Amino acid sequence: MSDEAVERAVGEWLADDRSDRERDLRQYHRYTRSKLLFILACVAVTVLVSGYAISIGEYTISFGTTYVRIWEHITGNVTHGIDDAVVWNMRLPRVLGGILAGVALAVCGVSMQSLLKNPLADTYTTGISSGASLGATLAICAGVQIIGGDYSVVVNAFLFSLIPMMMILAVSKMKNASVTVIIMAGIAVMYLFNACNTVLKLWATDEALANVYSWSVGSLTGLTWSNITVMAAFVIPGVIVLQVMSGQLNKLMMGDECAKSLGVNVEMFRLVCLLVTSLVAASVVCFTGLIGFIGLVCPHVARIFIGSDNRMLLVASGAFGAGLLLVADVIGRVIISPNTLQVGVVTAFIGAPMFLYLIIRNKRTGW
Amino acid sequence: MKLPTVEIESLSFSYGSNPILKDICLRLEGSKLVCIIGPNGVGKSTLIKCINGLHSPTSGVVRVDGRDVQEYSTREIAEKVGYVPAASSMSFPMSVIDSILVAMDTGNRWRLDENDIELAYRSLKVMNMSGFALRGCNELSAGQMQKVSLCRGLVRRSQVLILDEPTSNLDVRHQLFITQFMKVLARESGCMVIMISHDLNLAARFADEVIVMAEPGVVHSFGRPDEVMTEEMIREVYSVDSKVIIDEGRPHIILRTAESW
Repeated sequence: MSDEAVERAVGEWLADDRSDRERDLRQYHRYTRSKLLFILACVAVTVLVSGYAISIGEYTISFGTTYVRIWEHITGNVTHGIDDAVVWNMRLPRVLGGILAGVALAVCGVSMQSLLKNPLADTYTTGISSGASLGATLAICAGVQIIGGDYSVVVNAFLFSLIPMMMILAVSKMKNASVTVIIMAGIAVMYLFNACNTVLKLWATDEALANVYSWSVGSLTGLTWSNITVMAAFVIPGVIVLQVMSGQLNKLMMGDECAKSLGVNVEMFRLVCLLVTSLVAASVVCFTGLIGFIGLVCPHVARIFIGSDNRMLLVASGAFGAGLLLVADVIGRVIISPNTLQVGVVTAFIGAPMFLYLIIRNKRTGW
Repeated sequence: MKLPTVEIESLSFSYGSNPILKDICLRLEGSKLVCIIGPNGVGKSTLIKCINGLHSPTSGVVRVDGRDVQEYSTREIAEKVGYVPAASSMSFPMSVIDSILVAMDTGNRWRLDENDIELAYRSLKVMNMSGFALRGCNELSAGQMQKVSLCRGLVRRSQVLILDEPTSNLDVRHQLFITQFMKVLARESGCMVIMISHDLNLAARFADEVIVMAEPGVVHSFGRPDEVMTEEMIREVYSVDSKVIIDEGRPHIILRTAESW
């Protein structure tokens, strides 16, 4: 190693005019565009499937017309009253609910996985879903309601989903926020809550059991505009906050010490992230029930296509989640028509084999 | 540019009741390469983590550029002191270029500055890793991964750069290159590079100053390599019998035998 070679390397490092600059930038932009392409494809699928989902049902509206009707309603220029009522009041809430739920669960999956540096982390393994589930079962079977009325199940689910989150936060404070401890605490809570759930079901009436069942498999049936408003009020700001924090989330993936040396206030950041994620997840779970698989799988599928850079991954996973959930819902509605197969079942049926195929085929997995 | 300074005043640090560092006093000043040497477990890594604020001292003060490290916010100290840990873990596969861009203080912008991207590419070029930009980090060898970690330290362009065993996975050619690169970088850019090294000869050849740490968490000696790298020091600190030859003003160490085990 001659001294000149080192001097030249240092000179090159310190000089701001480098001949390869344009070539490298072009390569990076091409790389970014290939990631954007995946996101765009997911968005396109979501938009197309939305149109199709709105068009099918007992009252048929043609695929193209659905977009026209939506546009007419938005611009306040309704030309076809029945179409408008069907599209706007009956079918759109379900589709929008599906999109919101898909985005929320998939984004929460990414943030949980990056936050806890664990590929198995999602709202299930951290106990948040079981909490919501216990809350719902309590309301349906035992009539335990913190707030009465139409929303009792939802409010119960929501409040109970906060219990595991609080426990995770408390445990992580005690043990200095170690990642393994957080996951183990989440799994412990999950088992405990599931056991409570089972005990409750022993005494439940048949009618209540059916309700609990339909809630526990997860479905988009019966979503109303007021549900959507509540969901959106949590999901949209939550996702924006997570996207804003995605750069820090990236640093956290490199390890706590590394993140700290890169200027991230690790403990604080993790608490905020966990809080936002739990709120977003709970706000969806309490209306749709437990839609499994989206939160776990969408981040991994998106990672296979675009890598683990959270700045892009959050959006990509959200877009993919929305698309997957809508496709699953449409399949559930048409496959055993006129009956409906719950979306949670369909996501598992199409998601699991697809996921297995991808992880077996893909060599770039790092987990 | 103002010369970087690191002052350590009667610094002690313990993990619980287990003392690691005892009453360390050091003053480092100016743009130079400082090597920290010493046997395993004497607190070399702990010392540098006290300098960049990852650890809070049990007693004593560490000042960087005249200001107590504990008074800096996490973000401020991160801007002032760059740090490359001994081992980096990556929970999920990420491309090399993305993993370097992560380390750049891009705030929360959706799009990165073209200059940021160029700098990340430039760091790869300097480390002779140009072709690897779009490869996954999990496809790299340990040595290549270590060079990427170094890139992550370089792109922060901090006044003080701290490296924890930056050459532990590298072959001799790379060890030589990286160590000399850091020396020249310090001289040319005005920053201070502090690195932990286990290779006495590399430290002797390139370091401007050497900190020798010894049991039980104290500084054995501190000074120019020809002042501190002596046969006595190596016997006292490492219990190793050696012969030191001075060549062109730099000590060269020939290791003989480990005395006691």
